[in-house]
Amino acid sequence: MILVIAEQRDGQLNKASWEVVTAAQRLSARIGGAPVKVAVLGAAVTAAAGEMAGAAVAEVLAVEHPALEPYTADGFVGALEPLVASQAPDYVIVAHTYQARDFVPKLAARIDAALITDVVGLAEAEGRPAFTRLVFQGKLAADVLPEGKPPCLVTCQAGAFPADAAARGAAPAPVTTVAATLDPASIRQKPEAPFREARQAVDLSQAARIVAVGRGIREQDKLPMAEELAKLLGAELAASRPICDAGWLPPERQVGSSGQTVAPKLYLALGVSGAIQHAVGMKASKTIVAINKDAEAPIFEVADYGIVGDLFEVVPALIKELQKS
Amino acid sequence: MKIAVCLKQVPSRDWQPRVNEARTWVRDAEATFEMNEPDAYALEEGLRLKERHGGEVVVCSAGPARVSQVVREALARGADRAIHVESDALAAADGAAVAGALADAMGGEAFDLVLTGLQSDDQGLAQVGVALAERLGMPHATIIMEVKVEDGALRVKRELEGGWFQWVAMPLPAVLTIQSGINQLRYATLKGIMAAKKKEIRKVEAAACASRQRIVNLYAPQKTKQTTMIGGSAAEAAAELVKRLRDEARAID
Repeated sequence: MILVIAEQRDGQLNKASWEVVTAAQRLSARIGGAPVKVAVLGAAVTAAAGEMAGAAVAEVLAVEHPALEPYTADGFVGALEPLVASQAPDYVIVAHTYQARDFVPKLAARIDAALITDVVGLAEAEGRPAFTRLVFQGKLAADVLPEGKPPCLVTCQAGAFPADAAARGAAPAPVTTVAATLDPASIRQKPEAPFREARQAVDLSQAARIVAVGRGIREQDKLPMAEELAKLLGAELAASRPICDAGWLPPERQVGSSGQTVAPKLYLALGVSGAIQHAVGMKASKTIVAINKDAEAPIFEVADYGIVGDLFEVVPALIKELQKS
Repeated sequence: MKIAVCLKQVPSRDWQPRVNEARTWVRDAEATFEMNEPDAYALEEGLRLKERHGGEVVVCSAGPARVSQVVREALARGADRAIHVESDALAAADGAAVAGALADAMGGEAFDLVLTGLQSDDQGLAQVGVALAERLGMPHATIIMEVKVEDGALRVKRELEGGWFQWVAMPLPAVLTIQSGINQLRYATLKGIMAAKKKEIRKVEAAACASRQRIVNLYAPQKTKQTTMIGGSAAEAAAELVKRLRDEARAID
């Protein structure tokens, strides 16, 4: 059996939950059609569980306890340990969200299970399913086999398995409400309500064109060059995380898993290596141009056009070229 | 406050990894190494907390003999002493094995706070901090952007997705995984480098290290797109790119 743990907040399902259903169904097909079940955790999750019941799965478990709201790692692991013990799945699959990163490694340590994180695809090795993940900043891919007794825990990267490929059932799957076994006193984290920092009005997701700078820009003094190029292209200026961490550009201009997700008509990446955390935020762009001195930078994996070269030569040349017209 | 900072030595960002003959790991004998960047932010946060609240910062690292390079660097930046869990097998170990090795070596120290980066730049499993918390019986919080110690308890700012944040309170001792960019890093001074030479590095032998996963095939990722590479001089490449963006991709006017 394959157990999917869906993610919801205030009753709203995370879209990644459907992506994980796709992953679970594909994995099931590789291991003789093992049944897939979905667990939704929270204080009152019947509506969200009902939504998941639209998927072609054997059963949806609405795992409820007042202490599961708001989310805490202690609460989730406290509820999941007995659930996993009673359901005895071969695989547990979760989306690689910030929430999963917070509780899944704890669950794995608690039940002494293998945990393969941030998976982007399925493979096969030694006659059983292997899981593909990117390593060394996306420069290499690795097929990984779990070791030891089941279950094997797996988290899937956002966008790696398409949500709309999840098979729907002819009739809704049965929903079973499970009262979670959980001692509220065991929850040590006391979370406050989520909030957003006051932001300036930069909505990169609406930009038609984006010029993004990465580590390759080297110095803050070089930013005006990128700004000039952006202006000529009618583009917004954006950056990868290290540039915003250094304070060279404000965080609202950051593209990637911890910043904004964008899909403009043109994404021109200057000195951006294209690490996974950045690539997930921009790889859906229509046309991607990469200019980088390192011919093996992962950014070229997702680029439509690539120039291997010194951006301090190529960008001024581009500016000159655009000024011609 | 007794603060532990767990840090990992990883291949340098500008090293292009080559796969070994068995295709199970990289040829790390050819690599240059550096401190895992998120761990450097965890170290800086530890040093700042010590400056504010007193106590000591103990660097903990699990890996082969070569990791003493980043351990010395951390001592030069201001950490007081170090624990090095030494084993060649830890170089390619998974989060479960590394957390186990660190927990065994750190268990007797009674740390008030354990900090580490949110993930490593090599395997990027993002597991060690959280698994370590479970092993040490401590509460934890992940992807932290601010740390406050108030009346012997923690209040930390957790980064959520899409620009959202959340404050979380919890008792000490605790484990935090630190997000890059939480602070501005300091560099080692000459005085720090000299002082580091006299600081203690306690070597601990690693018990049998059992990874719960194994890389069976390591390879260059498949390209998802057909990339048109544009060559020539900078001026030629620029002219060709602008032409293609106008006529072929229709991405600019």
